[in-house]
Amino acid sequence: MRNFALRAQPHRNFLRMADPTPLIRLYPLGDAAVVLELGHSIAPATHQLLQALARLLDQSPPPGLREYVPAFTTLTVYYDPWELSQNSEVPPYEQVASYLQGLLPAAQAATVDYVPGPLVEIPVCYGGELGPDLAAVAQHTQLSEAEVIQLHSVAEYLVYMVGFAPGFPYLGGLDARLATPRRAVPRPLVPAGAVGIAGLQTGIYSLPTPGGWQLIGRTPRRLFDAGRAQPSLLQAGDRLRFVPISAAEFHRLNA
Amino acid sequence: MSIRVLKPGLLTTVQDLGRFGYQKTGLVISGALDAVALRTANLLVGNAENAAGLECTLRGPTLRFEADALLALTRADLAATINGQPVPRGRPVAVRAGAVLAFGAAPAAGRAWLAVAGGVAVPLVLGSRATYLRAALGGLNGRALQAGDALPVGEWSALSRRLFAQIAPAEAAGWAAAPWRTAVAPTPQPGAEVVVRALPGPEYAQFTPESQRAFGEEIFTVTTEADRMGCRLSGPALRRDSDTELLSSAVTFGTVQVPAGGHPIVLLADCQTTGGYPRLAQVIAADVGRLAQALPGTRLRFQLVAMAEAQALYLAQQQRLRDLTRAVDLKSLC
Repeated sequence: MRNFALRAQPHRNFLRMADPTPLIRLYPLGDAAVVLELGHSIAPATHQLLQALARLLDQSPPPGLREYVPAFTTLTVYYDPWELSQNSEVPPYEQVASYLQGLLPAAQAATVDYVPGPLVEIPVCYGGELGPDLAAVAQHTQLSEAEVIQLHSVAEYLVYMVGFAPGFPYLGGLDARLATPRRAVPRPLVPAGAVGIAGLQTGIYSLPTPGGWQLIGRTPRRLFDAGRAQPSLLQAGDRLRFVPISAAEFHRLNA
Repeated sequence: MSIRVLKPGLLTTVQDLGRFGYQKTGLVISGALDAVALRTANLLVGNAENAAGLECTLRGPTLRFEADALLALTRADLAATINGQPVPRGRPVAVRAGAVLAFGAAPAAGRAWLAVAGGVAVPLVLGSRATYLRAALGGLNGRALQAGDALPVGEWSALSRRLFAQIAPAEAAGWAAAPWRTAVAPTPQPGAEVVVRALPGPEYAQFTPESQRAFGEEIFTVTTEADRMGCRLSGPALRRDSDTELLSSAVTFGTVQVPAGGHPIVLLADCQTTGGYPRLAQVIAADVGRLAQALPGTRLRFQLVAMAEAQALYLAQQQRLRDLTRAVDLKSLC
């Protein structure tokens, strides 16, 4: 266990790494969280650096760390100011910000050997009752339904982050030809497992919820299950591919 | 040992201090909306601070204790009675098997917490007993209490047993309270302001000077769109200088986010883990519990403070809870 205090130093709020890497900022989210921000663009390189930082925090969690939340370009670290104040005169926020800044060189070095996350296959029954908007997407994109399915299931997606709802993945990698606006009137209830498209995004509903995405299919996999040791099927950094299955196969797996 | 639910109250849930470690997978923390209130109640009955208790909203439940129990009530005065007699808040109360705890028509709106010695011993789900209603997870079968439920009670600590023996309620009365108490914050009167201190949020600088001024000076009112996830406020509309879309990033209990309409939403314990609205401010850790009393109609005022002050206030609050821990232990030995 490393101690924040050992690394405590007056930290700079801004530092710039060698181009073309983004501007790095550290700022507070209240008095119990620090945000490390790497620019404002969704990019695999940014994602890899955030993942490397997360791995370092997993390997040697510093005292006072409560948890961290990776997002598209930010890593937010929640800490316990009480614990950090017990052995140091340095203000808790400064301790955590300095610690994160200190981790950056090691994280940048680690991205050189970046190992892509595991590939998770998500079986999907496209169209029909389970994908009621497939026809609308085909019409909007001027593709056949078979072409929509083909383009959607041939791509490899990256799970940039998991958030909004338990187990809900934010995916990158949708073929731009499939971009379709949200439905004009959202559905009052979208079932868990529904696979949808909204603009340039594709995703999977992890809980039954109201929603306006165009639903092109449904997976029998449970994205979130509190009964599992790791309740979320997907983690930030995973790769994902959709595998078309028949309705019969869906009902067999969903039984 | 168990507690029988005769009436569930308006919205009564089992809560501990929350479910930590899963926010990176989108799972919210949940837990008591006022952690200090639950911790205080737990300390008063000799529990660990994180033991599960009941969070009562506006109208509390009616409960019959099937065995002797030691309980404590904190925060809002919801007109609690045992066997028809008013019960004080902020002290350990020993009750005999068969006693009935009920709540009246509340004189002042608010939320209150009930701790029982041993804690409410529902199963741990991912390390916590907190109820998360939206995912039907934790607590008692993932839902609010219902009439007929039996709440399991855990093992009493040695401290709980000492406190009960000291109060020693007479069989005839059915209950008695300790002769000492911890300070109970006055219950907010209807129409009274709730003041919370806040730090500027990550996107604070993007708001217009007029909106920044209004946020720190004007009064906001909690609308009827208010639950454990967050509350939408009415008041002056708050605007950003820019209308650039933001990428989703972390939000937490106490984040004040402002959707395009300009009316802020204060996020509470069941809030989502990430969001894409600009974060105008973050209520300081020492004050987030006050938001538990921000029910519809409550007038809310924000006061911006500096980081050093926020952290000092939090440390002082934590010190008071540690002082209470020692004080209860000493009282039990008197």
